Amino acid sequence: MDKIQSLYEALTKVDGFIYPNELALNWDMLIVMYPYITGLVAGAFILASLNRVFDIKALRPTYELSLLTALSFMLVATMPLITHLGQPFRFYEMLITPHLTSAMAIFGFVYLWYLMVVLLLEIWFDYRYDMVIWSREKKGFMKFFYKALTLWVSDTSPESRKTDEKIGYFITVVGIPSAFLLHGYVGFIFGSIKANPWWSTVMMPVIFLFSAMVSGIALVMFIYMVVSYLRKQKIDMNALDTIAKYLFYILIIDFTLESLDQIHRIYEADESFDILKILVRGKLFFTFFIMQIGVGVVIPLATLGFLQFKKPRVRIRKLIYWIISICVLVGIFYMRWNVVIGGQLFSKSFYGFTSYKVNLIGGSDVTLSLLWFIVPFFILAFLLWLLPPWKKAPPIEIPEE
Amino acid sequence: MAIEKENFSRRDFIKNSSMFAGGVVFASLINPYKFVFATKQPKGKGKWYGIGIDIEKCIGCGSCARACKIENDVPDDPFFFRNWVEQYTITNDERILVSSPNGGIDGFKQPVPDEDIYKTFFVPKMCNHCAKSPCTQVCPVGASFESPEGLALVDQSYCIGCGYCVQACPYGCRYIDPLKGVVDKCTLCYHRLEKGLDPACMMACPTGARVYGDLNDKNSAVSLFLKEHNCAVLKPQLNTESKLFYNDLSQEVH
Repeated sequence: MDKIQSLYEALTKVDGFIYPNELALNWDMLIVMYPYITGLVAGAFILASLNRVFDIKALRPTYELSLLTALSFMLVATMPLITHLGQPFRFYEMLITPHLTSAMAIFGFVYLWYLMVVLLLEIWFDYRYDMVIWSREKKGFMKFFYKALTLWVSDTSPESRKTDEKIGYFITVVGIPSAFLLHGYVGFIFGSIKANPWWSTVMMPVIFLFSAMVSGIALVMFIYMVVSYLRKQKIDMNALDTIAKYLFYILIIDFTLESLDQIHRIYEADESFDILKILVRGKLFFTFFIMQIGVGVVIPLATLGFLQFKKPRVRIRKLIYWIISICVLVGIFYMRWNVVIGGQLFSKSFYGFTSYKVNLIGGSDVTLSLLWFIVPFFILAFLLWLLPPWKKAPPIEIPEE
Repeated sequence: MAIEKENFSRRDFIKNSSMFAGGVVFASLINPYKFVFATKQPKGKGKWYGIGIDIEKCIGCGSCARACKIENDVPDDPFFFRNWVEQYTITNDERILVSSPNGGIDGFKQPVPDEDIYKTFFVPKMCNHCAKSPCTQVCPVGASFESPEGLALVDQSYCIGCGYCVQACPYGCRYIDPLKGVVDKCTLCYHRLEKGLDPACMMACPTGARVYGDLNDKNSAVSLFLKEHNCAVLKPQLNTESKLFYNDLSQEVH
């Protein structure tokens, strides 16, 4: 019972008064990973849709990469939740007997809708023609595998490709509100808890949504650069600059919303304000001011803002983008951290604090969190091998109607 | 010909999957929408339990918390409680000190010298059995529910241990049982009530600081308690319609 042992240790670190049951932080690092990973999915998808629906042609080189990234992370998005449950093998109860007054109960359905209807279908229509071609070129098991992936549809006529294109477009259009729903919904899970003043704000879903976009875009930017480097291919600087431009804009919106939330809190200064002030200035100082705002917002905003006016040489720009994407990813991770962990550090009696110690070695929550963050990269590597975007046939021209 | 057939199969695929998705959504909607609160107070008949605690009478002996742990197999560790006692001390220089060492089970020590104390009192805490309970509202599987008598209960064979209810309870009354991996909380000793016995904490209180009973019955102990005292609930601003009423509740108590 390591957990009990660590709770006895935490008991000595209680600051002020907490309700006795509040000593244990029930939502540990795994629940930090849950909105983080889900956010990466939503963000990556929205980047893909910028190309497809909003017709931003410069983003074409990252379209499939964004979709496959979204899928890789989506496949593990529920795992932090399930492995965190006290009774992991009962998770299916949420799907067969959802309790509709609960903000959490619908997550399974939102998730399945997004995974099955949006992501898988969109990727399938996007790759269908190529999979048919590949199934003809390959031999043995791979031939069968690609055939299975095409669901034994072997139509390669231009008409069928046009249909693919149209349906794919339609799915993306449906996908944008779905991505908004997916992550706005995750924000609502926290924002609707009136017992917790650090969470309970109508801004929460919106803030989650924009921070999701920021992190997803940064992730695709990072992966695009790494993949190009590994493949020894030239990076399309136009695409990268465009991604950076959108990252800059959405980061501004995200930061504005988060600031608005804080300013509102500070100015209203309701009964919870005193304890939250101590929380933010004390236990969350490093993760909030240094990591979330400093590393995650100020440095990227300043740098990307500078790049809007002055463009250094390509080599330097690449390096800057690479560092900025990591900064943003780290910053958003700490934003989730500050919400999830921060929201449990202070007592609902408003008289004190508990503590949370990260056991880097041997802590099951940290090990599992790392696992669920690393696994998607392996899935992505597999998907990129199976469905290489760079081996796709050139898109079919659809004449203007 | 071949092309046509394949086109059909693709269409069929979309049709079938959307039928499936629609079916799942429909199945989940058959259960009529009860979007906000899980239970409604039965009108007129049936019991509707409420609890009264007289802070003036509480001497901080911790018998209630002790009895509760024994009766309900609550883990011994000092951070799992269905029922505990808090000591409030307000000093002459207006500092508010609160403590609840081991939930008050081992009794209390007053660290502040008598001459520095402005006032001090004990507040026993337990589940408020709210009429609009935020904890049962958020349970994703319905394992936390309200009994027809207005008691917030947990079906532990059904609970998935997600901890959402623990987050949603404004009073810190729930904990995840470390051995069972499911949530646990005060049931007002539902198993005893069923047999016509009093809850363990009520039995153990030596000063009669705790009463409970049917709020629909105007002659029940709790109804009379409410009639004779000016009572208040904790955190009324959260609109949980708590049914745990305190006499002489000081505004410092959260």
